[in-house]
Amino acid sequence: MTSAHTATAPPVLELRAVTKRFPGVIANDKVSLHLNAGEVLALLGENGAGKSTVISVMYGLYRPDEGETLVDGRAVTIGSPAQALKLGIGLVPQHPMLVARHSVAENLALGGGSAFFPGRSVAGRIRELSEKYGLGVDPGARVSQLSPGEKQRVEILRSLLRGVRVLILDEPTSVLTPQEVGGLFQVMNELRKDGRSLVFISHKLGEVLEITDRVTVLRKGKVTGNAPTRGATRETLAEMMVGRSVSFERKRQTPDLKAAPVRLAAHDLQALSSRGLPALRGVNLELRAGEIVGVAGVAGNGQSELVEVLAGLHDLQGGQITLDGVALGRNARTIFESGVAHIPEDRIHMGTVPSMSVAENLALRDYAKPPLSRGGVRDLGALDSHARQMVNTFDISTPGVGTASRLLSGGNIQKIILARELGDLSGQGGAKVILAVHPTYGLDIGATEQVHRTLMDAAGRGACVLLVSEDLDELLALSDSIAVMYHGELLGPYDAATATREGIGLIMAGGAASTDGTPHGAGPGDLSVQAGPDEPNHTRGLKA
Amino acid sequence: MIRFVPIADPPRGRVIWVTLAALVFALVVAGLIFLAAGTNPFEAYSAMLQGTVSDWSGWSEVLRRGTPLLLIGIGLTLAFRAQFFNIGAEGQLLLGAIAAGGIALFTPLPPLVMLPAMFVGGALAGGLWALIAAFLKTRLRVNEILTTLMLNYVATYLLIYLINGPWKGKNVRGFIYSDDFPDFAQLPTLPGTQVGWPTLLLGVLLAVGLQWFLGRSTGGYELRVAGENPEAARYAGISVSSVLFKMAMVTGGAAGLAGVGEVAGIHHKLLEPSQISSGYGFTAVIVAWLARGNPLLCLITAPLMGIILAGGDVLKINLNLPFRITDVFSGVILMSLIASEIFVKNRVKWGK
Amino acid sequence: MDELLNALLRALAFGTPLLLASLGAVINERAGVVNLGVEGMMALGALAGFAVAYGDGSPGSGSIALGIVAAMAAGGLAALLHAFITITLRANQFVSGLSLTLLGLGVAGLLGKKYEGFPLFGQPNQWPFTIGAIVLALLLAFWLTSTRAGLTLRSVGENPAAADVLGLNVNLIRYGAVAFGGALAGLAGAYLSLVYRPSWTDGMTAGLGWIAVALVIFVGWNPLRAIFGSVFFGLLYYLQFRLQGKTFIPTEFFAAMPYLLVIVVLAFAGLRGQQGAAPEALGRPYTRGER
Repeated sequence: MTSAHTATAPPVLELRAVTKRFPGVIANDKVSLHLNAGEVLALLGENGAGKSTVISVMYGLYRPDEGETLVDGRAVTIGSPAQALKLGIGLVPQHPMLVARHSVAENLALGGGSAFFPGRSVAGRIRELSEKYGLGVDPGARVSQLSPGEKQRVEILRSLLRGVRVLILDEPTSVLTPQEVGGLFQVMNELRKDGRSLVFISHKLGEVLEITDRVTVLRKGKVTGNAPTRGATRETLAEMMVGRSVSFERKRQTPDLKAAPVRLAAHDLQALSSRGLPALRGVNLELRAGEIVGVAGVAGNGQSELVEVLAGLHDLQGGQITLDGVALGRNARTIFESGVAHIPEDRIHMGTVPSMSVAENLALRDYAKPPLSRGGVRDLGALDSHARQMVNTFDISTPGVGTASRLLSGGNIQKIILARELGDLSGQGGAKVILAVHPTYGLDIGATEQVHRTLMDAAGRGACVLLVSEDLDELLALSDSIAVMYHGELLGPYDAATATREGIGLIMAGGAASTDGTPHGAGPGDLSVQAGPDEPNHTRGLKA
Repeated sequence: MIRFVPIADPPRGRVIWVTLAALVFALVVAGLIFLAAGTNPFEAYSAMLQGTVSDWSGWSEVLRRGTPLLLIGIGLTLAFRAQFFNIGAEGQLLLGAIAAGGIALFTPLPPLVMLPAMFVGGALAGGLWALIAAFLKTRLRVNEILTTLMLNYVATYLLIYLINGPWKGKNVRGFIYSDDFPDFAQLPTLPGTQVGWPTLLLGVLLAVGLQWFLGRSTGGYELRVAGENPEAARYAGISVSSVLFKMAMVTGGAAGLAGVGEVAGIHHKLLEPSQISSGYGFTAVIVAWLARGNPLLCLITAPLMGIILAGGDVLKINLNLPFRITDVFSGVILMSLIASEIFVKNRVKWGK
Repeated sequence: MDELLNALLRALAFGTPLLLASLGAVINERAGVVNLGVEGMMALGALAGFAVAYGDGSPGSGSIALGIVAAMAAGGLAALLHAFITITLRANQFVSGLSLTLLGLGVAGLLGKKYEGFPLFGQPNQWPFTIGAIVLALLLAFWLTSTRAGLTLRSVGENPAAADVLGLNVNLIRYGAVAFGGALAGLAGAYLSLVYRPSWTDGMTAGLGWIAVALVIFVGWNPLRAIFGSVFFGLLYYLQFRLQGKTFIPTEFFAAMPYLLVIVVLAFAGLRGQQGAAPEALGRPYTRGER
């Protein structure tokens, strides 16, 4: 099945030599691309390649500095999302733009709907469309009660209600389980059959190969490739995306851990989420010296709570945690001091104080201890020299140690955190346990490499690492074993060397949890689970 | 259309000239309000200047008005650093006055320890009054602006109740105020002025001390982290609520000291709240705001606002304007200052 | 029985300005803007209302109707100043509101000096105001929940970015909501100076504006509940006057009671986690995120 367009019809949407500059960067440099009727176009690129800017131009969020936008062959100016919708262009944003407190119908009536009882006026249409495309959305439901996947379908409905012909999906799979991704692809297929055109933004090569008809690749703001999906391979796409050939091999040689002592052990951890619901239901965990254990899972299954409990930032309802056989304290400071480093999920809002200097941020853990202070009096000289040393060791690029950390790039902010958590100021051999949550999220390739190397080096020195990530490739590349958080339980761990994306994905979706809540396989086991009969039959492209 | 382009790291020079421009703008607007009220603004401003900075007696008035502003303002810089919008310094000042009055009038302390005891008691009372709001904020997430403000009214009525009831002076007949404090419970003043020098000295010491505290002590570091990013504080094991409690004791305590200074240095008795403090708590918000969270800078900004308050007194007497004149100044200056903030952090572009 | 009825009637009389001002504040807070300047806007409204209704003091030189319009205009204009500073200049809403209170009280006190001590003749009847306020509460409740405009306003206060993307002018809507809030605060002020105590005195708002602000939290940003909240506080004021000097409890305690009660009420709202009912974007200026 190929695209339904004929050679004579102009593209539904076309960008010609679009350039968009921001202070200091050219986000889009003469980007040209087109979208035909009834096709799914992949927009592929790394973080920072300019994908978001392209879709922002298409959806009227940014005005391009140069270049032309054409709809059905006619030049148009898209000054706002409202105008884009009028032209038949809709966007499903990566993070839903919904009012959590309002119902689905109220959300979809916003900016439309009748003057009185606007929600009621669109409810019928919502049901109709929801049924037609198999979206399963209840117009009366509160948005705050919906899962990420459901919210995404509400966003799709918003565009469908406006009768769009072009639907842009911005990294739609980043919040979904592999099984939910299957559902999304079915919806996308239905839309394509209807003759609508879709732009699919992703950096996940497998998905691109699976669902799209054509691929346009962006690198550093420029279009570096444009090819039909049929005939493309992971390797060719990756090369276009990164600019050099990329190996998909495991980075890590798993050391022999049998003789290694257990560093961190947790038994039967119980905790409540901030909303008072059970978040951890009897989690057991064992990390040996030198081991890297990956934790996979769809966001919201208890990963955050697990890490926060281990770091002393979240109340524990029950269970024990020991470090080198000794019970761990329950206070964030004593836990750090006993050797547990924490690279938090939110590096801006938790990991640093953006308005404070690099030096003061580097001191966030040890500010009250010698040499940084004595008897409650801080030694600013020691603060500075300590900071300079860390800046050198961890290769933090900053104008100076007195610069506010908010002025630094994400990668350098992450390096500040790494330096502080792993820098071993007190000279006691550094962290024994490293809790790393999404440590490379949003970082460029260079910074990502450095983070990975730092974590592996720390493991080489005998620390154990708990690596929580939503990027399965990262987990597979770095971990010795992978465990999966699902509904507050930790399933596994499974041997990372033999695990597959599909197998892990199935467990993430709850495919391996038994009814009594105990995980299959108590220790590192073989994980060659094949995606079972649930595997949706949307595998076009892959088998081309 | 006007557009604001952020400046990543605004230079200090820009901060200074924008702030000065905001002050001048505020004075122009206040002048227009005078005009609307039928007063010649030039006449008003020249009367203000003549009555304040032209001679020693004027300056002594500025100092008298500036001393409580200094103490309160210093405390408020700390509160604002901790993101605690303490609008209740007025009430904390009154509590300080009440405590000082109670000690002076009703305790048999020997003369030597009387004044120190009054200062300590006043600071404690003011601090505890602020602590109520800090407690409600940390435990029940109650907005501190509303609670500190409401506590102002409560403190006002508490003081009125005392001087109209149990603490009413024996020889005052129809008036509502307490008996005079004994001599040894009255503060020595700078010669020829009503400025209690111990209060002023306390203010200067506190400014220096708290500046040092913020920059050089671990407690100050904790306060800044807790104020700038409570999540990071939690992460580092800093207890935000305990930081806030300590801060409340200091900010309220400083206001309490100001209250002690007013009753022990100037009035020598407890009297109606409006006579003890004419809106020092609000004016000190401007002192702290202008000082941008630096206690030491209050040594400049407090006398500056002292000129405004003392000048307001001159206008009341010379031009027969109502006491609200100081509210006009405070409101216009504060509004102008916060509105100017965006011009500190952004360049203005017109068009597009 | 008579006593009870009388209490209720007086509570309504005391509660009317609270209801008017808090309804206005509910609207601007539902749009995401806190305005702590209610006290100042009430004072300006009270003065403007009185000045226009009084004229030069001779019968027929002023107009009550025009006075009411002037009061609402004064409150609305003062609120627009707050809107400009907090929406366009993105300044801290709490501090701006506080300075608006100082400015409003100050300007009203300064300009109103010449009106002090003159009574207004031809005092209007209270009931159109009271009944009007209650009807307005009902209308606003319906408007917020069941009309497109109300939905738009609520969305702007909950998730301005979502509203902006759909082509709704967030800042314009917020300007409108703030002006509406100010106009109602001005009207509440006019009620004080024209109906409740037909005269102008400096400080006649006596902290009512602050109580109205607290009432908004107390009633969970709900116009219907604002009716009961304001009657409740009205009852307290009534008791304050009724019991004054008749018990062993000192007068000052009753005077301080509303303020103490605001604290207690806020603490209770906190205990029940009622701050959770606050509009999501309350107090935060909206800027369109360019990158």
